[in-house]
Amino acid sequence: MSVRGKAFIAGAYEHPLRTIPNKTVQQVHAEVAAGALADAGLSFSDVDAYFCAGDAPGFGALSMAEYLGLELTHIDNTETGGSSYLLHVQHAAEAIAAGHCHVALITLAGLPRSSGAGIGGAGRFGSAPEVSFENFFGLSIVAGYAMAARRHMYEFGTTSKQLAEIKVAAASHAQHNPNAFLQNAVTIEEVLQSKMVADPLHMLDCCVVTDGGGALVVVSPEVARKLSRQSVPVLGTGFAVKHVNNGRIDLTHTGAVVSGPRAFAEAGLTPSDIRYASIYDSFTITVLTTLEDLGFCEKGKGGEFVADGALQAPFGKLPFNTDGGGLCNNHPSNRGGITKVIEAVRQLRNEAHPTVQVPNCQFALAHGTGGNLATRMGSATLILGQEV
Amino acid sequence: MSFLPLADVEVNNETQPFWDALKNNALLLPRCTSCTSVVWYPRAHCPVCFSTELQWEEMSGRGTIYSYSIVAKGNGRWKESGPYVVAYVELAEGPRILTNIVGVAPTEVHINMPVQAVFDTGDDGRVLLRFTSESPS
Repeated sequence: MSVRGKAFIAGAYEHPLRTIPNKTVQQVHAEVAAGALADAGLSFSDVDAYFCAGDAPGFGALSMAEYLGLELTHIDNTETGGSSYLLHVQHAAEAIAAGHCHVALITLAGLPRSSGAGIGGAGRFGSAPEVSFENFFGLSIVAGYAMAARRHMYEFGTTSKQLAEIKVAAASHAQHNPNAFLQNAVTIEEVLQSKMVADPLHMLDCCVVTDGGGALVVVSPEVARKLSRQSVPVLGTGFAVKHVNNGRIDLTHTGAVVSGPRAFAEAGLTPSDIRYASIYDSFTITVLTTLEDLGFCEKGKGGEFVADGALQAPFGKLPFNTDGGGLCNNHPSNRGGITKVIEAVRQLRNEAHPTVQVPNCQFALAHGTGGNLATRMGSATLILGQEV
Repeated sequence: MSFLPLADVEVNNETQPFWDALKNNALLLPRCTSCTSVVWYPRAHCPVCFSTELQWEEMSGRGTIYSYSIVAKGNGRWKESGPYVVAYVELAEGPRILTNIVGVAPTEVHINMPVQAVFDTGDDGRVLLRFTSESPS
């Protein structure tokens, strides 16, 4: 079953704040839900499906359905880290296509800044079977991504300077986002001279830690037709799990190798059709590897690709993360994800900041990376358009 | 042997022989008697062919560094441990496993460096499998 054109993103909302003291996580979920429904021109009573991930408190969708006061025919707690919310769009599209629901609400919210969590957060290890074999070696989230960067450098000659280009592009976009956590432009030298966190990743190779959240409303074609707001059709979806494969890990490829082609095939498009890309940017290396794996450049050539100004909006070969991304704008709950879809929707609606709005943005891609890079991860790719 | 933190690992029926062997300075891993894969991390079945017929086998304890990072400052109990080296070591028998490189200056560590197992044991008997340079400098 293809979901191409069978579901539309009718509402998208990003919480404007990056530090939210004195509010509960569920309250921020409710605020972004209200924002996305208002954007769509719908109300809480229209919602018949609700999606959330591990950032939601308690029993997830069960607790939140009660808290929000929703009457539901469908719920989904799928948890794949930062890619959860992109996968939720796919699952919502599937459920809508199957006739199980008509108006699906997806929310993310978290308060890691106010709660004092560091980069990557505390992790959700619990009683996972791998814990005693991985987590007792001082493996920080950054160190895991740093090892992927180190291996990429070894295999393909990628440099720290090339990784820095990604932050430079994101920062140049963030200057135009009045809500961005970091709104200053940075130079390659500033990235390279920032504190080394886990070699070879510097502080400025890392995403921001922000409170906040976002929400999406995904609706059936019938509902979309009745709304005055421009809806964005879901054209292609792809998901992949990649794990350590009995210890035979491969740090230079992500699940995007599988999720990307699936999404492109469903959409009937190729990478050269994409005018704008939201690429999950927990770290600069996340972007570089993902660009290669999605087919925007040859494997191993990501460094050259980004050093050529490809990511700069509006006229680069592949303008990316025009909101400033997780590197500068927002990485709520230590897992952006939903903000990737929100900025893609803004681009397709021609509502990005005029300075970074991509002209004639007919097709956009949003990609989420959840978990650890290339080891235990969920990769989710969405291709969205202006019309079916 | 090293100055890095040890931990209270979770030992269960699937992993008990692994942890017991470390205390005797041996690296034991399950090998699948059906498809011959060495299984990492230890568990009660082979994730390659799903056989439950596994046999514990002593590994050479030798390997090479597949990738690594020098962590400037760790979290929690590791806060004062930096700079330290987190690495994936590719065992001679195949699996690439997460560990620390100890007994060698972090700046000397490099990809493909030959390493050997260190059974890093604390006074209280807690033990973790770490690695050091095959020919200590």
